[in-house]
Amino acid sequence: MRYLPNSASDRERMLETIGRKSVAGLFEQIPEVLRLNGRLNLPGPLSEPEILQFFRDAAAESSRDYVSLLGAGAYSHYRPVTIDMLLSRGEFFTAYTPYQAEIAQGTLQAMFEFQTLMAELTGMEVANSSLYDGSTATNEAALMAMRLTRRERVVLARTLHPEYREVVRTYGHNLQTEIVEAPYETSGQIDLAELERLLDEKTAAVVVQSPNFFGVLEKIPAIAELVHRSGALLIVAVTEPLSLGLVKPPSEADIVAGEAQSFGIPVAFGGPYAGFLATREKFVRQMPGRLVGQAADTEGRRGFVLTLVTREQYIRREKATSNICTSQSLCALAATIYLCLLGKHGLRALAEQNLSKARYAAEKIGAVAGASIPFAAPHFNEFVAKSPGDAEELLAALREQKIIGGLNLERFYPELENHLLICVTEMASKEALDRMAEVYGTQAAGMQTRPARKGAPAAVASRD
Amino acid sequence: MTRKNSITQARTHVTRNEDLIFERSSPGKSGVDLPALDVPAADPKEWLGEEFYREDVDGFPEVSETEVIRHFTRLSTWNYGIDTGLYPLGSCTMKYNPRINEVVARLDGLATDHPYAPESLVQGCLRVLAETARCLKEITGMDAISLQPAAGAQGELTGLLLIRACLDDRDRRRKYILIPDSAHGTNPASVTMAGYEVRNLKSNAQGCVDLVELDHAMTEDVAGLMLTNPNTLGIFETQIREICEIVHAKGGLVYMDGANMNALVGVARPGEFGVDVMHLNLHKTFSTPHGGGGPGSGPVAVKQLLEPYLPTPMVEESPEGAYRLNYDRPKSIGRVRAFCGNFGMAVRALAYILAYGPEGLRQATEDAVLNANYIIHQLQDAYELPYQAPIMHEGVFSDRKQAARGVRTGDIAKRLIDYGFHPYTTAFPLIVPGAMMIEPTESAGRAEMDAFIDAMRAIAVEVEEEPDLVRKAPHTTRVTRLDEATAARKPILCWKPSGEAAEGKAKS
Repeated sequence: MRYLPNSASDRERMLETIGRKSVAGLFEQIPEVLRLNGRLNLPGPLSEPEILQFFRDAAAESSRDYVSLLGAGAYSHYRPVTIDMLLSRGEFFTAYTPYQAEIAQGTLQAMFEFQTLMAELTGMEVANSSLYDGSTATNEAALMAMRLTRRERVVLARTLHPEYREVVRTYGHNLQTEIVEAPYETSGQIDLAELERLLDEKTAAVVVQSPNFFGVLEKIPAIAELVHRSGALLIVAVTEPLSLGLVKPPSEADIVAGEAQSFGIPVAFGGPYAGFLATREKFVRQMPGRLVGQAADTEGRRGFVLTLVTREQYIRREKATSNICTSQSLCALAATIYLCLLGKHGLRALAEQNLSKARYAAEKIGAVAGASIPFAAPHFNEFVAKSPGDAEELLAALREQKIIGGLNLERFYPELENHLLICVTEMASKEALDRMAEVYGTQAAGMQTRPARKGAPAAVASRD
Repeated sequence: MTRKNSITQARTHVTRNEDLIFERSSPGKSGVDLPALDVPAADPKEWLGEEFYREDVDGFPEVSETEVIRHFTRLSTWNYGIDTGLYPLGSCTMKYNPRINEVVARLDGLATDHPYAPESLVQGCLRVLAETARCLKEITGMDAISLQPAAGAQGELTGLLLIRACLDDRDRRRKYILIPDSAHGTNPASVTMAGYEVRNLKSNAQGCVDLVELDHAMTEDVAGLMLTNPNTLGIFETQIREICEIVHAKGGLVYMDGANMNALVGVARPGEFGVDVMHLNLHKTFSTPHGGGGPGSGPVAVKQLLEPYLPTPMVEESPEGAYRLNYDRPKSIGRVRAFCGNFGMAVRALAYILAYGPEGLRQATEDAVLNANYIIHQLQDAYELPYQAPIMHEGVFSDRKQAARGVRTGDIAKRLIDYGFHPYTTAFPLIVPGAMMIEPTESAGRAEMDAFIDAMRAIAVEVEEEPDLVRKAPHTTRVTRLDEATAARKPILCWKPSGEAAEGKAKS
């Protein structure tokens, strides 16, 4: 087998050295009844070209020939080739967690740079070196807020990603966390009056997403003021961090948690991604996940080490801030390389392109009779559109034009019938967007000769 | 070229002394040129308004593509990876990461499909998930599996949540989880996050679970036992069936930490042991890269009784051969992560399984166990082996002999770096004083292991003759030992233009 460095004669000589007759003897400690008789029912062995063919066949049954207007927590952006060239260096991708700092300075320095970039971008003082993904980072932020406030109630904006809310609920279930949801108003933003009513002296944290699940920007300073008045902490979740190239950072928040997938990490059917968590310096000892800090060696040279490790499970065991061990280093490295390539100006220019394309698409759809853009508050590269007719029919018609037209919001928000969440990044061409608008127009034209679907709501946006 | 070389004393080149990327920045540069915008440019200031418009992203670097390549290439050379050489890090299973896995995971389609795309357009991705699940069920002998957990620790937590959901359905709430004192630190931390309390179980003189102790501890308010098999000493729990029976008799369930599954693939299946739930680490046993600390993947496999509680969604195959995601699982514990888990890791794990096939996987396991025995056997006279039971894929020495000379496991580990090896795992498991945990995996060749054995023996001699040499190691690296205590007392966690990080630079 091509991956195994020892030959049959190597094995013979090794057995001789340790005074054993056969390899089977090494497994005699496993009681015979527990040993596997016969062989596993598995495919293979396959040669390299056969493996390649197997996965090429799988890759062919994909949406790769379609223009995708899906976002909703996983964003399609161009990935400069430089990223994979650097990630593919064995020194990076075949290394372990940098516990042995002297021979892991490459990973450590890159993670220190990641922490710096994420702190700058989010307007926070410190950031950790990554968590599993945006959903678990948001959940860890909620748990962190509960430790900091010693309170056990969490308010989630209903416009927080539905799957992020599910993760917070799964983790909270056995910890007796009380979880309530705050509704949105007609602008698509969190309803501040309702939020104020939901806050009490037991509330540890409020979690809002901005841009929220509808793509709409939230009024963070106003929310922060309300939340802080009740003694709770404000957590801002960010699923599309590219927005921060143009949008004011949520500096009024206590914790910013989110997903860095947009930064050079492939969509890859949902993972692996890189969660991030940034906060204020005073909260750092309750922060979960690995942290890289600057240190000096015995000669006074600058180096980097994993630091504040007494928060972590391998030292603190059941009293640790989290059970997290593995982070997403290689994905965080991809994000670091991506952000360094873009730099200060590239980030802004790319964010501007995303905004321009999304504006163009929204205006095109808004101009179609019977279609509308229900939420008036500013968005970044995602927005909600109400289809002229049945949303599923529209999506099917778009698919015929090789366009995946967005996410039918009814799946997560039953009240938003015929509402689509549309994401337009730099990857969508004007030509594709024009084609999309034509399909809307065709549906609108057809609607004039057909009765509306039974029970379709008249309101542009429903309140919770 | 008659001019005499004026360099009399060579200065360290930047390859050994690369600045932070922020310190290489100078205004007006970027590493990307964007295509021209094909739609009218929106004025962000006007559209976003004063309320939302950000004037500037402070502190971001401005560097060219060339500088980015040089910067990260130089950083990479300061790392030690599996590709560099023997990486006998116990409990971490640092095996070769096949290159074809990286290629197939990046294929257009697999790397680009969106998790919310219509199921009819993502059949390839769903098939990969379904096939990976099928293979892992076959390897573990379990009935059902979820690929959603993002890493081993999340798999542990998921498993505990499954146990909890099942037992809560069955009877009154139980409070405790038993954990042997040899367990990984993630085990007790996961127990706390599942809302249980930890009860520690003392190991017996052979380093295994003590049945009398277990029988005593396994009361009606204990939800279950979490154990690693082979355990963290590399010893197979020969009484695993009896252990499971004791737990089951009192209405508890058994969780097996599959971190050490590399000792069992193709040789024995946990499904036959009596365990109810286990996790796998695709980044250990199934060769997905560790990546300098992730991404991992921690699938959770269960027996039928826990299947209804697995996270949503589950991949299913229809009789017609089409795949779908089933979200309608009323008893499910819910989601532990957005989307379908670390899909890219499933692609790599499947490619690994396909490359080996059933016989090959068994051969890999045999090699891993033979390699560990080969190394441990030849170091027994130089280092103390506190537990004499036969070992499987890894072994644990104690530094007791060397500690008498004032040299500890961490020092010997650092000295190994000077010999060109990555250290073994230090100071774990906790039940061995000054533990030195060695796991060569099947990827270690005989010649390389011989060199490692020579190095370990040479260090043992150095400890006797010149202990300071070992205590101050490493001597050959870019930086010497770093002052972790000061770093933790006054943490500097990011670079600031005129902050302490910049001052540090001046000293370098």
